[in-house]
Amino acid sequence: MSGIVEIHDLLVRREKRAVLEIDQLIIHRGTVLAVVGQNGAGKTTLLLVLARLLKPEHGNIRFNDQPMEDIPDLSYRRHVGMVMQDSILLNRPVIDNVAIGLHFRHLPKNEVTRRAEEWLERLGVSHLRTRPAMQLSGGEARRVALARAFAIQPDLLLLDEPFSALDLASRHKLQDDLKTILSRMTTTTVFSTHSELDVQHLAIDKIELDGGKLIK
Amino acid sequence: MIFNNPDVWEITLLSLKVSGLATMISLLIGLPMGTMLALSKFPGRSALLSLVNTGMALPPVVVGLAVAMTLWRSGPLGGLHLIYTPTAIVIAQIIISAPVVTGLSAAAIQTLDPRLRLQLLGLGASRAQMVFCLWRETRLPLLAALMAGFGAVISEVGASMMVGGNIRHQTRVLTTAIVLETNKGEFTSAIALGILLLLITFMINLALTWIQQRGARK
Repeated sequence: MSGIVEIHDLLVRREKRAVLEIDQLIIHRGTVLAVVGQNGAGKTTLLLVLARLLKPEHGNIRFNDQPMEDIPDLSYRRHVGMVMQDSILLNRPVIDNVAIGLHFRHLPKNEVTRRAEEWLERLGVSHLRTRPAMQLSGGEARRVALARAFAIQPDLLLLDEPFSALDLASRHKLQDDLKTILSRMTTTTVFSTHSELDVQHLAIDKIELDGGKLIK
Repeated sequence: MIFNNPDVWEITLLSLKVSGLATMISLLIGLPMGTMLALSKFPGRSALLSLVNTGMALPPVVVGLAVAMTLWRSGPLGGLHLIYTPTAIVIAQIIISAPVVTGLSAAAIQTLDPRLRLQLLGLGASRAQMVFCLWRETRLPLLAALMAGFGAVISEVGASMMVGGNIRHQTRVLTTAIVLETNKGEFTSAIALGILLLLITFMINLALTWIQQRGARK
């Protein structure tokens, strides 16, 4: 497998403190990579760098064999789908939330509706399509946020702690559903987690961060 | 009755034109500026925000004085011959209304979860698409900002009097007409104009509130 993303000599500082230092990291195309570490280990920082929402102080990052700096911000971000922790939905009906990334890409209206409906169905929340997003439970909101990211069919899917703050039953159900979905796709997925169980359940590859450094 | 007097409808229409235009221009200035203040980090941002917040309490008569001094024939922009014209009133009212719209827009956008911006960009939004989404998310407080901006100018008298001169058929608006009628001792006319002003303000705010609450129910 070739690397969809290759990182060399990455350094991210926040208020003069190094929060992420990675000498080398290759993310293989089509993999499901778990980024494991405690709070403050640098997991979210790595995802933000990969989403190009945070500029590192230095580092060589290549995406699809192209230097990151040669790709305009927006066209790079259109290859990526990010789901942040706590879901962060818009105050609109569920279907509009799932469609938003497709609208950003100016897709035709029938294609937007088709894909949004399809992903609501695949995440098991199609019955919520007209419900205001602010009325969803934590588990439902997480599924809608995932449907929103999957609907844009990104080359690189970034999930920041996708199972956090869910009760055990919801967590296991979502893990199973996500595993089924990812096994049928070629999307490269990077997810962060505290839990070794999430890794065992979902991941193909794994890296571990501690104090902003890659230790495994 | 006062409502049969064509002058009344003329000044009512002028009031609506002048204050409506000033509010719209304030929105065009204030919304992007408020957004920039809410989303950007740059040296002097806090000072600029304080300045805008201070501007929200600008006394109209002081604004009127400053604009009049600028537009008087001997003033720096005297050559434009704008003093005692409706345009002069619009300029003064923009100075009153723009800080209100800017300050309240900035406050509205700052209430949003800061991660929402990142989430939208992380879904492939351009900067403009991200900003439009944030405006849509804050449409209720933004409409309140618009109402506050309109309220500030439709009800002011000091600036309109100083830069407009309360000239019949030219720059007389409802508030300056009320002052004139009161000075003449025509209290019945003054009260009737006052009621008309309140009614107009109420109707416009009723329409905006309806739009706002319709958005809230959605």
